Amino acid sequence: MTAMITHIFLQDYWWFIVSLLGSILVFLMFVQGGQTFIFSLGRNPLQRSMVVNTLGRKWEFTFTTLVTFGGAFFASFPLFYATSFGGAYWVWIAILFSFILQAVSYEFRSKPSNIFGTRTFDFFLTLNGFMGPFLIGVAVATFFTGAQFSLNFMNQVKWETPWHGLEAVLNIKNLALGFAVLFLVKVNGLLYISNTIDDESVTTLCDKKLIYNSALFLVFFLFFVISILVAEGYAVDVTSGKVSLEKFKYLHNFLQLPVILILFLAGVVAVLWGLISAVFMNNRNAIWFTGSGTIAAVLSLLLIAGYNGTSFYPSAFNLQNSLTIRNASSSFFTLKTMSIVSILIPFVLAYIWYAWSSINNKKITEEELKSGEHKY
Amino acid sequence: MIDNFDPGLIDWSRAQFALTAVYHWLFVPLTLGLSFIVAFMETMYFRTGKEEWKRITRFWMTLFGINFAIGVATGIILEFEFGTNWSNYSWFVGDIFGAPLAIEGILAFFLESTFVAVMFFGWNKVNKKFHLISTWLVAIGANLSALWILVANAWMQNPVGMVFNPETARNEMVNFWDVLFNPVAVDKFLHTTSSGFVFASMFVMGISCWFLIKKREEQFARKSILIAGVFGLASSLFLAFTGDSSARTISKVQPVKFAAFEALSEGKKNAPIVAFGVLKHGEKYIGSKNLPEFVFKIEIPDLLSVLTGGDKDAYVPGIIDRVNGNPEKGIMSVTEKSEKGRTAMNYLLEYKKQKENKATERVNILMNKFQEKDFRDNYFRYFGYSYIKVPEDVIPDIYGSFYSFHLMVILGFFFIMLFALSLVFLFNRTIEKQKWFLRIVWYSIPLPLVASELGWILTEMGRQPWIIQDLMPVSVAVSNIGKGSVQATFWIFTILFTSLLIAEISIMVKQIKSGPTH
Ligand code: HDD
Ligand code: HEM
Ligand code: HEM
Repeated sequence: MTAMITHIFLQDYWWFIVSLLGSILVFLMFVQGGQTFIFSLGRNPLQRSMVVNTLGRKWEFTFTTLVTFGGAFFASFPLFYATSFGGAYWVWIAILFSFILQAVSYEFRSKPSNIFGTRTFDFFLTLNGFMGPFLIGVAVATFFTGAQFSLNFMNQVKWETPWHGLEAVLNIKNLALGFAVLFLVKVNGLLYISNTIDDESVTTLCDKKLIYNSALFLVFFLFFVISILVAEGYAVDVTSGKVSLEKFKYLHNFLQLPVILILFLAGVVAVLWGLISAVFMNNRNAIWFTGSGTIAAVLSLLLIAGYNGTSFYPSAFNLQNSLTIRNASSSFFTLKTMSIVSILIPFVLAYIWYAWSSINNKKITEEELKSGEHKY
Repeated sequence: MIDNFDPGLIDWSRAQFALTAVYHWLFVPLTLGLSFIVAFMETMYFRTGKEEWKRITRFWMTLFGINFAIGVATGIILEFEFGTNWSNYSWFVGDIFGAPLAIEGILAFFLESTFVAVMFFGWNKVNKKFHLISTWLVAIGANLSALWILVANAWMQNPVGMVFNPETARNEMVNFWDVLFNPVAVDKFLHTTSSGFVFASMFVMGISCWFLIKKREEQFARKSILIAGVFGLASSLFLAFTGDSSARTISKVQPVKFAAFEALSEGKKNAPIVAFGVLKHGEKYIGSKNLPEFVFKIEIPDLLSVLTGGDKDAYVPGIIDRVNGNPEKGIMSVTEKSEKGRTAMNYLLEYKKQKENKATERVNILMNKFQEKDFRDNYFRYFGYSYIKVPEDVIPDIYGSFYSFHLMVILGFFFIMLFALSLVFLFNRTIEKQKWFLRIVWYSIPLPLVASELGWILTEMGRQPWIIQDLMPVSVAVSNIGKGSVQATFWIFTILFTSLLIAEISIMVKQIKSGPTH
């Protein structure tokens, strides 16, 4: 058994884990998506408070997933961590900035003497709602479109534009993924709110907003996927490690890895079905379809960005500096150690599930918020 | 070769890291300690079934929540800063340093954030026992997060359990247990978490004293003081004990830091411990660096020799020995270490060159060199010294190290006294009458935090110029970004964190004033 566990196997395994964390993160950003509607869904302070409270009980979880995603990426592919964070400085700082605002806003917004006032904190939440998902989408798109960096013999990164990552928003494909992620999390946010709140007027509004947000999501998503499939991709020669451009690379990856293709299609179908059932059949549980579909689709996109001899963080400046899951990973020993720890992940998921279902079995109502419970 | 960075960039990057770390550390100690105090209180509620204990628990829990949020907010930036601002460092050591951070996320942060939700929202939704367990799990989760990050930090002070790989130009982990049970890590974990317990105890005790001064909620206050007094006394005693053990470990693994915080310029036999002293510019220099002297000191004779060497005649080396070397005592000079470091660096450069020329045979020989025990223990170990230009550069700020250490220790003994007194007054039922005592405790609330920050300043400044002791100086660890960018983010974080801090304090004060009945 242990003889089968090679460095290559562990690299693939950790690319899978990191991709899985990334896809769960995109799903959990329904919290951010929901935050973009704080002002438009809550017509009065009480309704606004219901929206904030239903999202607020989950914000920690999205946040912790982001933190763990960062930590796991650092530990398993430290060269990516060093290159991207140290190079595309401004993009990551902007993302972090918006998450710092979020972390305090829930706890502080309705407390007396909070200095800045509830509206300011609600504005912070809205800002995080738009900025977080959009910029994360743009940053992830550079996995496919490449970034402007070079590395020296000590693997020290140099960014080759003065914009330190902000130049990514000039690329139309990056923008498309940014908007696709934004509208996806908005849709998931709406579906989550209407799933957990027991208030007619809020849920009716959710239904209305769902239609155009779904449409916008589909436009941007399809544009991104098609443009990636027909574009050149960054292929790595398995033996020499040389990187070259290959026409239809990501399409080839899907075709050569049919399991991932099936996962991708299943994800897309689940998202579509969730949207259709919510819009046309008034299904209040559609979040489970769009949610699992989101995880499947994002996971498969991240997997084809790294598997099958592909560079997952290409350097558009110097192809040969591109990062792959082979050259950017931690050592065999470190990956093995962390893999042993990762055996505990199902246990972590189990207690999360148990703890949540024990406090989430009732929908949020006006009465609950008026009673003296802890509230945001 | 390796880029030399603009010193301005280095300073601003350090300033930014120090700023965000100091802010994070304003909130973390309270989380570490208050989570346990709340768990003790809820256990009392569970055992006795008295509503009074529930009221007490919920009051302190609200304050916990306010503090927790901002601790989380300031933590995320630190985690990503290793990448954004110290990217060269992140690659050089990511293979070892990253793992604790990942484990922390998987094992500790999720534990804490999941059960924090039950703790806050579960009072009427889950049964009493499950609620109590959740509160305990929050405390355990918080302190587990401290464990992993401290293991990572300890590794920077005393790098162990790894081998350098010239192919990837980085250090790779070969023994996880060495990293986890690094002696510095053990000391650091025990000392740091207990410093959090001390702060939280002082916080609870101080606020309770304030209620007594105002003659409000007296029963609530006495009960809170009981818990905080017992926990505080135990933790502060333990803190002194683990602090002593930290200092002994440092005398072995970071001897220059040790000599600096003891302000021991020249080595000597029968070395005393200076309990308190005042320094001035001295007459001795090493290169361009001045060595301070005492204007005044209170000392305990022979104690330093006894503590570090086991008997009063033991020789304790000073800064001069550590820089110039002292062959009689078997201490190598910095110049010699630099030569050895340069030998290691030259092997690395040759490896890269031969690799390019595809001289496979020579490449293999060089590769093996890096695995050899002799090479590792006697050459690569001083790799970082290849960057040291003048020997005195290895001396950290002596004044800063000395004062921060001594103030921390003095405060530590002061806390032991306060906690002990509180219990005495509580048991002879006179605490309400000791107005002077109530006031002192109330004003002492911030002091453990001061001591704690001083501890970090000592740890981190005393390690200079190294980011990883003897292997990598701070000056080559930094990310290659414009100084202007770092200045901009420094000010952004200053304004942001300061505003949030002000809001937090204002909310806290309001909650405290409205009291537990509210
Ligand atoms: C309430 C706070 C507090 C108090 C009262 C003390 N300490 Fe402390 N000390 C800390 C809070 C702290 C800290 C913040 O937790 C540090 C910083 C890094 C660390 O590991 O712990 C620290 C570091 C630290 C270090 C340096 C560790 C290193 O460089 O890695 C030493 C030698 C001591 N302490 C020794 C003591 C002694 C002998 C004390 C006597 C009573 C003492 N401390 C009280
Ligand atoms: C345990 C986790 C920590 C790690 C891994 C860590 C690591 C670092 C790093 C990478 C630097 C920048 C390089 C340098 O200048 O040395 C630094 C500097 C610094 N850190 Fe820490 N740090 C930690 C916790 C803290 C905390 C909690 C505080 C304080 C409250 C702190 C206080 C400082 C200060 C004051 C500096 C600047 C000192 C100087 O540059 O001379 N550190 N630390
Ligand atoms: C440079 C070093 C550090 C980094 C990178 C760091 C990182 C973080 C992060 C990312 C969070 C938010 C976690 C969440 O999402 O819940 C956090 C919170 C926290 N950190 Fe730090 N931290 C550092 C230093 C420390 C130290 C030295 C300690 C304790 C000894 C500590 C203890 C905690 C605790 C108790 C929390 C409370 C919130 C939580 O666990 O979720 N941290 N830290």
